[in-house]
Amino acid sequence: MLAILLKDYLIELRTKETLAALLTLGVLTLLVLSFAFDPTSELRPLAAPGTLWAAVVFSGVLAVNRSFLAERDNACLQGLLLCPIDRGTIYLAKAAANFLFMLAAQVVLLPLFMVFFNLTPSGALFRVCLVLVLGILGFAAAGTLFAAMSVRTRAREVMLPLLLLPIVMPVLIGGVVASGAVLAGKGLGEVQQWMQLLVVYDVVLLVVGWLAFEYAVEE
Amino acid sequence: MHEAAIRAEQLTRRFGVVAALNAVDLTVLTGEAVAIFGPNGAGKTTLLRVCGTLLRPSAGRVHLFGEDLRGAGAAVRRRLGVLSHQSFLYPDLTPTENLEFYARMYRVDAARVAELIDRTGLAGWAHRPVRTLSRGLEQRCALARALLHHPDLLLLDEPFSGLDVEAVQQIETLLGEERRRGVTMMLTTHDVERGAALCERALVLARGQLRWDGPSADLSRERVEGLFQIRRAG
Repeated sequence: MLAILLKDYLIELRTKETLAALLTLGVLTLLVLSFAFDPTSELRPLAAPGTLWAAVVFSGVLAVNRSFLAERDNACLQGLLLCPIDRGTIYLAKAAANFLFMLAAQVVLLPLFMVFFNLTPSGALFRVCLVLVLGILGFAAAGTLFAAMSVRTRAREVMLPLLLLPIVMPVLIGGVVASGAVLAGKGLGEVQQWMQLLVVYDVVLLVVGWLAFEYAVEE
Repeated sequence: MHEAAIRAEQLTRRFGVVAALNAVDLTVLTGEAVAIFGPNGAGKTTLLRVCGTLLRPSAGRVHLFGEDLRGAGAAVRRRLGVLSHQSFLYPDLTPTENLEFYARMYRVDAARVAELIDRTGLAGWAHRPVRTLSRGLEQRCALARALLHHPDLLLLDEPFSGLDVEAVQQIETLLGEERRRGVTMMLTTHDVERGAALCERALVLARGQLRWDGPSADLSRERVEGLFQIRRAG
């Protein structure tokens, strides 16, 4: 699993394609949506969590799509499938790589989000980070599986969001509601049910992905 | 008595309504070298992909080293070396990085990478990205990847296509060395003379069915073409 992660990291280090695309799309999403609301409007804080998660979703779809495009060149995915490891392990490694790339993008996007929405660093930031980690893990778990399924389809750029977005709806709803609440000053105890939803979703999707990956990549 | 490296019984593989392989019965003993001839669309690549655990049979059974392909896991894949039309090499990584990656996946010592880089004559290109290599160099690197873990069964799909004379000779030499090691080999090719020279047994596939199975020495280009004609007429 570590070998696949290191390989994906090395390819990214060489090409810088995924992170660059993720950041560009994420920053543009934050920028455009932050301009959509008047700086003095009372609605602006209410729109903040939705804006943050819109950036996560747009950049996330791009990240999971790209992760299997690299495996499509020279049929490298077949090379991976031939390796003497459990095929579910390939899924876990690709999901981990997607999770780390999406998380790395948030290291840049989150401070920009704070600036665009005039939010001051506080304990709420830590709690938002926790919500983001759980949400992104679920998104990467579902996205990796669906990206593997759609990579061989001709209209994969269309297919992936169509398949993925309805499936990650619990992550988006949970993420937006929990982020909104903690940004409004509530503690994690008050959003416990949403955090539990994210944890259960993460575990279920990771197990389903691990079991289903072999069939997802089958011709 | 030799163990069967491959045993296929009524092997059928369909893509939609098209049967790429149709009730093929085949046994390849360990240590045997088998060349598969056939026109385009005969099912040669599909046969190799099924034997390489990359495709599941639609019907029938395949056993690799006595193990049913349906339950074949990492242990069986560990014994396979596959060279495909495509190289399975990451274009943005160098041959060394690609082979080191696969060495980690197969738990092979890093020294083996250096040995194969040397044996395949890739030393001068070992640190250039694969996407900058010529077809011949990439194919040599792909063969190095296939041989990395000392496989017991080599499945080679058109190993010589698009290569210059020097590259072909180099690959023939490498394959000859593997044959002397006792590796079982099954390759597809359109080059009857070269296939017959490398393998003692030949198969002719047409329309997904086995049309001929016998010693390579008994198979001439004319005979293969005759078998293709039967296919066209049929």
